[in-house]
Amino acid sequence: MVEHGDIRVVHRGGSKIDFRQPVITNDSRFLLCASGECVKVFSTSTEECIHDLQGHTDLVTGVLLRPSNHLQVYSCSIDGTVRLWDFTDGILIKTYVIGCPVYSIYASANHEGVIFIVVPMLGDKRSELFQLVAVHLPQSGDQLVESRELSAVLSNVSSNPADIAFGRGGEYIASAKGLQLKVFFFKKQKSYEFSLKEDNKKGGLNTFTCVACHPKDDCIATGHGDGKIRLWRNFNHKKEYTYSTLHWHHNAVSSLCFTPEGTNLLSGGVESVLVQWRYNQESQRDFLPRLGAAITHIAVSPDGALFCTSHSDNKITIIQSCVKVSAVIQGLVKGDVQTDLIVDPRSKALVLNGKPGHLQFYSLQRDKLLYNLDIVQQEYIHELGLEQFEVVKAAFDASGTWLATVEERKQKSAELEVNLKLWAFDEQTQSFVLNTTISAPHEARITAMCFRQATDSQTTMLVSTSKDGHFKAWQLATPAHTEGPSWSCDFVGTYHGLVPECCCFSADSSLLAVSFQEVVTVWSPTSWELLTTLSQPPGAIRDLCFGRLSCSKYLLGTTAKNLLCCWNLLTCSLEWSTSMDISLLLADPLSENMAAFCCQAGCTDLFVFKPSEPRPLFSHKAVCSGTVTRAVFAPREKMLDSCEENSQWLNRSQLHFLTQYMDLMTFTTKAEDDRLMASSKQLVIDDSVAMTPFYLLLGKHRHQQQENQDPMSSLSAERTPLPQSSVAIKELLQTPAHVLPSTSFLCSMFVQSLLISVTDLRSNHSERHYPQMEKTWNSGNQQHLFQENPDDHQMICRLHLPQLRSICT
Amino acid sequence: MASFKPTNIPVYPKLGEKVTQDTLYWKNYKAPVQIKEFGAITNIDFSPVTPHNFAVTAFTRIHIYGPFSQEPVKTFTRFKDTAYCGRFRSDGQLLVAGCEDSVVRLFDVGGKVALRMFRGHTKAVHVTDFTSDRYQILTGSDDYTCRLWDIPNATELNVYQEHTDYIRCGITSKLNRDLFITGSYDHTLKVFDARVDKSVMSMDHGQPIESLLLYPSEGLLVSAGGRYVKVWDLLKGGQPLVSLRNHHKTVTCLALSSNGQRLLSASLDRHVKVYSTTNYKVVHNFDYAASILSLALAPDDESIVVGMTNSILSIKHRKSPEESREISGQQRRRPSYRVFVKGKNYVPKQDDYLVSKPVKQYLAKYDKQLKKFNVSKALDCALEKWIRLRNPEVPVAVIKELDRRGTLKNALAGRDEQQLSRLLSFLIGNLVDMRFAPVLVVAAEMILDIYRSILGQSPVIDRQLLRMQDLLEREIDYQKELVEVLGMLDTMFASSLPKMEVPCSSVSRSNGLSILIQV
Repeated sequence: MVEHGDIRVVHRGGSKIDFRQPVITNDSRFLLCASGECVKVFSTSTEECIHDLQGHTDLVTGVLLRPSNHLQVYSCSIDGTVRLWDFTDGILIKTYVIGCPVYSIYASANHEGVIFIVVPMLGDKRSELFQLVAVHLPQSGDQLVESRELSAVLSNVSSNPADIAFGRGGEYIASAKGLQLKVFFFKKQKSYEFSLKEDNKKGGLNTFTCVACHPKDDCIATGHGDGKIRLWRNFNHKKEYTYSTLHWHHNAVSSLCFTPEGTNLLSGGVESVLVQWRYNQESQRDFLPRLGAAITHIAVSPDGALFCTSHSDNKITIIQSCVKVSAVIQGLVKGDVQTDLIVDPRSKALVLNGKPGHLQFYSLQRDKLLYNLDIVQQEYIHELGLEQFEVVKAAFDASGTWLATVEERKQKSAELEVNLKLWAFDEQTQSFVLNTTISAPHEARITAMCFRQATDSQTTMLVSTSKDGHFKAWQLATPAHTEGPSWSCDFVGTYHGLVPECCCFSADSSLLAVSFQEVVTVWSPTSWELLTTLSQPPGAIRDLCFGRLSCSKYLLGTTAKNLLCCWNLLTCSLEWSTSMDISLLLADPLSENMAAFCCQAGCTDLFVFKPSEPRPLFSHKAVCSGTVTRAVFAPREKMLDSCEENSQWLNRSQLHFLTQYMDLMTFTTKAEDDRLMASSKQLVIDDSVAMTPFYLLLGKHRHQQQENQDPMSSLSAERTPLPQSSVAIKELLQTPAHVLPSTSFLCSMFVQSLLISVTDLRSNHSERHYPQMEKTWNSGNQQHLFQENPDDHQMICRLHLPQLRSICT
Repeated sequence: MASFKPTNIPVYPKLGEKVTQDTLYWKNYKAPVQIKEFGAITNIDFSPVTPHNFAVTAFTRIHIYGPFSQEPVKTFTRFKDTAYCGRFRSDGQLLVAGCEDSVVRLFDVGGKVALRMFRGHTKAVHVTDFTSDRYQILTGSDDYTCRLWDIPNATELNVYQEHTDYIRCGITSKLNRDLFITGSYDHTLKVFDARVDKSVMSMDHGQPIESLLLYPSEGLLVSAGGRYVKVWDLLKGGQPLVSLRNHHKTVTCLALSSNGQRLLSASLDRHVKVYSTTNYKVVHNFDYAASILSLALAPDDESIVVGMTNSILSIKHRKSPEESREISGQQRRRPSYRVFVKGKNYVPKQDDYLVSKPVKQYLAKYDKQLKKFNVSKALDCALEKWIRLRNPEVPVAVIKELDRRGTLKNALAGRDEQQLSRLLSFLIGNLVDMRFAPVLVVAAEMILDIYRSILGQSPVIDRQLLRMQDLLEREIDYQKELVEVLGMLDTMFASSLPKMEVPCSSVSRSNGLSILIQV
């Protein structure tokens, strides 16, 4: 066995962004959301991810703007810390160690220096009971602060962050769990409890699902499991409370949110419709339907101009005051993947099931969803128990000009509906356009589908095998009359009435192998002659693969009875076989290598081998738990030049696979990791600096100088000051022209102001010791550069201007 | 917000004729002019000179029609008995015709009385033609002989007595004045050279020959007899080239379209078939009301003239380019179009500020209802009469969509007698259509489930349900028969194929309906 040395299994992209409620910043320019172990900062206008706030070591469970400073944000995590970030620059300011997992975080402007978090009741992780505690954040200069002084506010609360909300001005906090609503008043230090009955007669479900409080009025809105929204009033009395009920949603309300002025209430649920209720005129409501998937969270920007909704298909929609969707941030949709993982030969994107009825094209290099291709092209109706069309198979031809998809829908009463669709790539729109729909291509479920691989052949051919015992070859018919070319059936084949399970074309497309239970039949696709049959009973064939390049004479098959067989097609005999329980066998299209995922004792092992060699090139024990059923070799953009024996197989393409829990994993080498790290350091997106002529002049100049003098300081911590705000220039620009001295005088002065660079060295050096401190108390406006500057020229400059002005006036 | 996705109406392949260049070309004729003659029209011949009058031989007369007149411009009536084969000379001045009374008459096109009478045949003369030097006449008769006559002297030049049955067709070469070909009921066609006394070539057609045709190059000869049209290569010594069997009754007449690209054959089975002369495939087909005896094409295919046994002459004129354009133009120039397009073709100038307007999505009526989840109304909209009758795939698609949404039962339930009978009549019309059957069977089952309780309350509904039952029973019988046929075919295929690995017994059993379409 070969040791795996420096090759690691890593997560690659596609993290969830719909886990917790996103946050829109005060200026509505950025959107922050928890995503796995980091917080992502997106631009609301361009939908691009600007940077990740990385530092947490476990799942991030909440993001919250700091009430006292709108440029800072708190994040909490299961790892037991709350961190404070400067999100514009992506700098970690402080880390508060709480000591037990934090599930959600709340704060109010009225409670200065206090945050409220939800932690497990007894402080241990396994506990099912949670409590809301207040944490006093100690004022300290250190970066790492221990703050373990927790004072309990409410016990037995829900861990769902939507179930707790601060009331008007932070006077009270409302928490709902099960059938109980608790309101805790901070002034009185007293809590009131309101209970609902389990169930009313019409199949209602009164459990609370979410809570929101009106910002200006004493009103609490609660969402319920049966789609009702209750507005509670007068709740500072134990007995005389009232509530009114709104009902539009037909299923549980998953999120409620008041707009900042309290004029509107937004609600969303599984219907994927955003409902806007007028506060106090609840009969008037507006709808924003067809948002794509069930709404999980709703957030409103502090100025009320933007709404954003998170959806269960890993998507965030940004909406301009409830009329128009302005941007959609879409992550990798993780649903039930039924298609194999495929790589689009044209865009090199990973293709798999996305939203219901769609295929998603996901760029592995950029970790970005390129687009969704609507395969089913039907209005998506969400209803429980309704059978939907699902895309179950997809295949690309070698050049990426054709895409074949199979969608099916099984109803209890009716027979199986299957559609085979063929899509042609349209150069103009750079997308796939439906060419042919074949309804009921087979009488039963399609088991496998593959395109003929040869790029040089004139005709493209698709072979599909089905449970009805036939395999069919489909061909692009030449344009018969005025309409364009379309696909039609060319050949139907059977073998003794057995059911075909998989099919595979050889590398040069001269052979087609179709497995019929335990028999492999080899056909010639040109004449449709049955050339030979290969059989290795017992056990039905599970996977078939032809070797590539120098190994193209080999045909490999795995059987259900734990056998991996390799046939030599020149001699039509078994070359070798070995006993392994292989769940997935796949061939690298760019090399001779084959990868076999082998399931053993609840874990999956990986073997990479060449069919011609008896020894595996690489093996990795326990890649992940559970079986791996989907994997793909994705070609690299740039070839690696590793010459170590065990990592050579990763040179041309990279192996990606999906685990049981739908995590997309890949294999990387150490060299590659190092390279990635290096490149990420350089990639600091600097977008808050306005590009002014002065910036071009001054900024560049200063930049160079900083690089020269201080290679130690990290670039992200160091920002060039905004040149517009430097006092000399501001005065120079803002003073009316008629009061300014002559241009020749000013010119020399201006040029002199540029000369600071040489003497600035020392002062800059002294500041560099506290780059982060500087950030905290002075972000953006960096006058101190001039104030602390001992240079004479600067002083003259600063002194002269006001004097000159006074003389002139 | 994603927009509403309208119901997908599947496009079903159109069965039957495919639109090709040929169908467009041959369909581009006006409605036929029909003229009643006195008897069966045995021959039609176009004058080779403009204005391309044509002579129609029918009963005891020969009428000459102008290219556009519907009245004969000239009539020759001096026949004692039925006239045959009135043909123009290549200068269009003279006309020759045979007759049942065995006399061949030569007319001046301007005159009335015969210029010459050629007597010598002993039986009816069915074939007459001028040789290419214009001074001789070829005749063929039921007395088994064919003769050459000199026009100036009205004397018989030669007699050929090689055929052993009636001679019913003959043609002279346009390039060689001495060459002519005759076809006879003795199944042979013979090529004669006037310079020798015997035929120089003889070919066996296999059926009594009714018509002959030479290609303009005169390398190929086409003969028609029985149900067959055969093409012979004269330059290869009369080798048969193709045998076409596309008619199911005797082929009576042949013609070439003027550019020589298409061959036309007319038959007693009332069809005119158009073949491509490159691959001899039928590219178009005309239907006529009665058995066709004669067919002629004007130069440049300006008109098709067909004579039939019921003594009707049908003349089709080609549409002029303006006329054919007018029709397509009419559809485009609707009165509302100009209003519709008003201001839309305005090109913004450089300084104009563009205010973008959201594009409005136009939805069909049923889609508007579906968007509002009004399922019953959506089904009603789709079942409106003109939609239901003209494109039944629309209601079927809506029913399918409702079924997918799980609301088909709601949409079908709660209908009054009139609505239900409309639904049932649609089902009766389309239930056995194999394209719609899978969807409509589900709907039919639901209707029966829902309205079981009201059976016997309305005579209209009861009658319709009985009709539906009847229809289904017939369909089941039909399917059974088809499966039997399929089984027979399978055994035949299996026995006819060579013994080896047979990958071909592939037509699945329940695919009977697709066979039905092919048949």
